[in-house]
Amino acid sequence: MPPLVEVRNLVKHFTRGGGLFRPKSVVRAVDDVSFHIDEGETFALVGESGSGKSTTGRCMLRLTEPTSGEVRFRGEDVLSFSGARLRTARREMQMVFQDPYSSLNPRMRAFTIVEEPLVIHRIGSRAERRARVSELFRLVGLDPAQLDRYPREFSGGQRQRIGLARALALNPSFIIADEPVSALDVSIQAQVINLLMDLQQQLKLTYLFIAHDLRLVRHISNRVAVMYLGRIVEMGATDRIFEDPRHPYTQALLSAVPVTDPDAPNRRIELDASRVDRDAPLRDVATGHWAAV
Amino acid sequence: MSDALLAVEGLTTAFETRAGTLTAVNGVSFDICRGETLGLVGESGSGKSVTAFSIIRLVQPPGRVMAGRVVFQGRDLLSLPEDEMRQVRGAGIGFVFQEPMSALNPVMRVGEHIVEALRVHGLATRTEARARAIDLLRAARIGDAERRVDDYPHQLSGGMRQRVMIAIALACRPPLVIADEPTTALDVTVQAQILELLRDMKREFGISLLLITHDLGVVAETADRVAIMYAGRIVEQAPVRDIFRRPAHPYTRGLLASIPGGAAGSRLHAIEGTVPNLASLPPGCSFAPRCSERMPACSAAFPEATTLAPGHSVRCYLHPTPDSRLPIPDGAGT
Repeated sequence: MPPLVEVRNLVKHFTRGGGLFRPKSVVRAVDDVSFHIDEGETFALVGESGSGKSTTGRCMLRLTEPTSGEVRFRGEDVLSFSGARLRTARREMQMVFQDPYSSLNPRMRAFTIVEEPLVIHRIGSRAERRARVSELFRLVGLDPAQLDRYPREFSGGQRQRIGLARALALNPSFIIADEPVSALDVSIQAQVINLLMDLQQQLKLTYLFIAHDLRLVRHISNRVAVMYLGRIVEMGATDRIFEDPRHPYTQALLSAVPVTDPDAPNRRIELDASRVDRDAPLRDVATGHWAAV
Repeated sequence: MSDALLAVEGLTTAFETRAGTLTAVNGVSFDICRGETLGLVGESGSGKSVTAFSIIRLVQPPGRVMAGRVVFQGRDLLSLPEDEMRQVRGAGIGFVFQEPMSALNPVMRVGEHIVEALRVHGLATRTEARARAIDLLRAARIGDAERRVDDYPHQLSGGMRQRVMIAIALACRPPLVIADEPTTALDVTVQAQILELLRDMKREFGISLLLITHDLGVVAETADRVAIMYAGRIVEQAPVRDIFRRPAHPYTRGLLASIPGGAAGSRLHAIEGTVPNLASLPPGCSFAPRCSERMPACSAAFPEATTLAPGHSVRCYLHPTPDSRLPIPDGAGT
């Protein structure tokens, strides 16, 4: 069976600057990135700010147009789609954003926010949509009695649930969650993560999880790709990456995570940039484990 | 306590709003000894930042310190005239904020920030101050300090800006530095470097540190003692090892358990419900509505502190005080 999602040689360059007498400079935000995601799995893209992980996610849904490369969904190249074909594909692929404070329109009621995708795709009558939104509310653990409230009347965790209900409105099979809990309090993060895991079981969802919190990534993902300066420098089964990191950047990144044990020895590994060969290709270092070393 | 550099006693800060009086900090007490790091931990709205601003008397109206004492080097800061208080800020207590970009003046060069701090406190002439600024930037491990001193804040990365903030905070050699979420806006590898810098600075300059954070991992690596805040009150206070080895309050236990780390794919331990609205706090213990070990006594009055071990105290009916097995209703909360 082919993978549900396949990304091949994805490139996104941003040009910036460039004045009358100044040359333009090119930022290679995503630089030849390839990976696949199997149906039903959680695949994580990790990296620090500027690593290109969010841009990769946005290119996959064509919220940002990539410079070149392929994004295949169920074997078909999403980048060649346009018009009705693209809209149909988008029903299957949805996104949950990081900041539940800025990603919901403050002047729309929760009901309208969740209903909007159904309206855009002309699904159901008014009454059917109302029923569907109530069902989605219950699915994400919100009280349908609060449908007519505005985003500001909900807490951060509840707002993220509204964003999730909206993403689920069209019955997608694939969800890109870009830092879905990093704006939430620790005690609320766990609630939302549990909800994401429950929904995956219940609705047979496939996730691309974009995150910088490595403890969280280790907990919920089956496979991980580590991005550094626009490239994947290491990829493989989550356990392999965390127990036996091979790339110097992955080693530095994992060692920087604060350990919640005051007696744990401090084994910080500093990244030695001279040890990183930016052009090294990913190669097999063990079964199901690739590293650019 | 004689060896305490800072002693906060019964600090209460409230905000008058249309929704009523919000008591953001409610009878908070703690000490910081010389050379010690106290980690003040809480979620958003717990009152940890308001506590910090109350100490240096920078709470903005409609907020107001209603009660308590903040004894720093033997003087109660809350009764100090404003001009003396201005001497304490910077020279007595340094401050590092979460977002260095908004704390730095965008049209002032990095060095001018430090020069200004030294000159305001009359600690250096203009020429001396510049040399001191370069020294301080170097101490904050900023490479090429002679050139960086003339950079503007926007020319620096987030981690560099936070190093500059630390250099400014240390400029007047204050015995105490308050760092409010100093690494929250930073990437994890940069966070590690900044925490290491804070530990080094503590050693080299002999400062005490009040570290405000929501991240228990940061606390485990940096703090000597920890105070856990919830809805304006300190619910547990202990040496760092006890907090992680023998957490006594259900909220502390819940926070520790909600950190991912168990078997992959297993459900995380979540604390159900949400942080309470300060305008409509439940009677009794404010954590009770979310607590899995709730008892009838919990909704009667806020429990008094019980000492479990030297330096380890908790406010929870699971640990009744020896002399009062039954809660004393009303007024006992503060």
